Amino acid sequence: MKMKIKKFEELSKIVPILTYQRMSDENTIVVSHDKLLFAMKCLKLHFGYQYRLLTCISGVDFLGKDYRFSVVYDLLSLTFNTRLRIKVFVNEITSVPSVVDIFVNANWWEREVWDMYGIYFDRHPDLRRILTDYGFEGHPMRKDFPLSGYVEFRYDETKKKIIGEPIELAQEFRSFTYEMPW
Amino acid sequence: MLLKKKELSRELKNFTINFGPQHPAAHGVLRLILELDGEVVTRADPHIGLLHRGTEKLIENKTYIQALPYFDRLDYVSMMAQEHTYSLAVEKIAGVKIPRRAQVIRVLFAEITRILNHLLAVGCHAMDVGAMTPFMWAFEEREKLMEFYERVSGARMHAAYVRPGGVSLDLPLGFLDDLYLFCNQFNIRLDEIEEMLTGNRIWKERLVDIGVVSSKKAIDWGFSGVMLRGSGLPWDLRKTQPYEIYSELDFSIPVGNSGDCFDRYLIRIEEMRQSLNIIEQAIKLVEEGPIKSTNYKLNPPSRSEMKVSMEAVIHHFKMYTEGIVLPYGETYTATEAPKGEFGVYLISNNTEKPYRCKIKAPGFGHLQALNEMSKGHMIADVVTIIGTQDIVFGEVDR
Repeated sequence: MKMKIKKFEELSKIVPILTYQRMSDENTIVVSHDKLLFAMKCLKLHFGYQYRLLTCISGVDFLGKDYRFSVVYDLLSLTFNTRLRIKVFVNEITSVPSVVDIFVNANWWEREVWDMYGIYFDRHPDLRRILTDYGFEGHPMRKDFPLSGYVEFRYDETKKKIIGEPIELAQEFRSFTYEMPW
Repeated sequence: MLLKKKELSRELKNFTINFGPQHPAAHGVLRLILELDGEVVTRADPHIGLLHRGTEKLIENKTYIQALPYFDRLDYVSMMAQEHTYSLAVEKIAGVKIPRRAQVIRVLFAEITRILNHLLAVGCHAMDVGAMTPFMWAFEEREKLMEFYERVSGARMHAAYVRPGGVSLDLPLGFLDDLYLFCNQFNIRLDEIEEMLTGNRIWKERLVDIGVVSSKKAIDWGFSGVMLRGSGLPWDLRKTQPYEIYSELDFSIPVGNSGDCFDRYLIRIEEMRQSLNIIEQAIKLVEEGPIKSTNYKLNPPSRSEMKVSMEAVIHHFKMYTEGIVLPYGETYTATEAPKGEFGVYLISNNTEKPYRCKIKAPGFGHLQALNEMSKGHMIADVVTIIGTQDIVFGEVDR
């Protein structure tokens, strides 16, 4: 189950790795976004790895960093019983190539990342919003999107329909953070 | 009179219907746009997100302890399995080992939860397809199981029982005896349900050869759990990447043959029997001991200790004002939830709140294959396929 550092060196001969991380028994490689497709294809098809199952794709927002977003792909190899995490770092204007051609089930996961973070996936066949409401604006999982959102909905008795209005809070949302004094 | 070929054949347009979001067979709030050619489905486009509550966003704004109850509310028929995953993720980053008694209790409840979930899955699936009785029986048993939840945590469903560092309370007196009694009678209930369904001609006609998934397709679509095993892949995280005490337990993994809905139904029934088997083994393994880790960064110290130790008082105060502080780290921890691989991708940044908590819900992955699975089937089979995927919208929409 464990992959040693040496394995990373072997892996770097096949896959263009920028850097790798190892946390307890979990392995992560960082790949540049233009080499992502090649790396994914290698990892999926290479006989020695066979990461054929894409578990999930998650987006992370590191607000304030040069490369603001990271897209994290979790791969699983049923043959060798190993997991591998692949990270791609992008900023707000660069897009990530879609891996739908390699992993079919990337479709919805990428749609979710697009919906939540606004990271654009190149050549995605159907990049629609998925979890938010029809006609939703903004990308709610971004760190600069407020928890309370911008719009609130209510049933309007006169118009006989549900209407959205800018949110009005009786009390401003407070975030309690505690500094560690030691 | 000459007839032109054009006049003989009539152009028929496909018919598009809207299935849901308020349809009893849609298992909640699934909105399906079905494109039909006669009665045959040519395209199914699931619209999800009608139950989206922003769980991941909320978790980012809560402390690690406050985030835990959200996991009950994801897949609201297999509550503790998800708390369990989250707790394992937190423990992994904190680097804490939990006492053995807590591990055994967790396994007990993970398996109770599995039965709870499969009973609903099979019961509701049967009801969608037209068999009402097994549903009633299954729900009676579910009620008994939820009583176990209640006895241990005070809540029938949203228990918040499994916590980072152990479990919140010890088992009440006589709990294990009653659990054992339940196991003895439950086998017979399962037989009854099977008697109604397994050999039933109508049930078979509706399930056999419906929604066939080959093993290659199952991997391509990133399936997990019963959906993967139904296609003949013996993959169960309890065996392949064991956590808690699963490596010591003796149980087998049922695997399907043809990858159709009927296989998956049989697997669910067999998994319930295996869960009973595990519960019986785990009952014997329950031993005396603490139910929480003694790491005070994760669990508060005991009352009696606080009376004598200043340090314990400080830890208690920090614990209840600030919460758990996890060092920088990230983990993807997955367990075998009843529906499949439930994973938590947790990033901590040395504060009391998680920086990012991605929830990998098995249902989300399964539902996106609905189009592929239902293509070429009749519209009534779509209901069967939704049932066999065991979709619960709490986890799909998060």
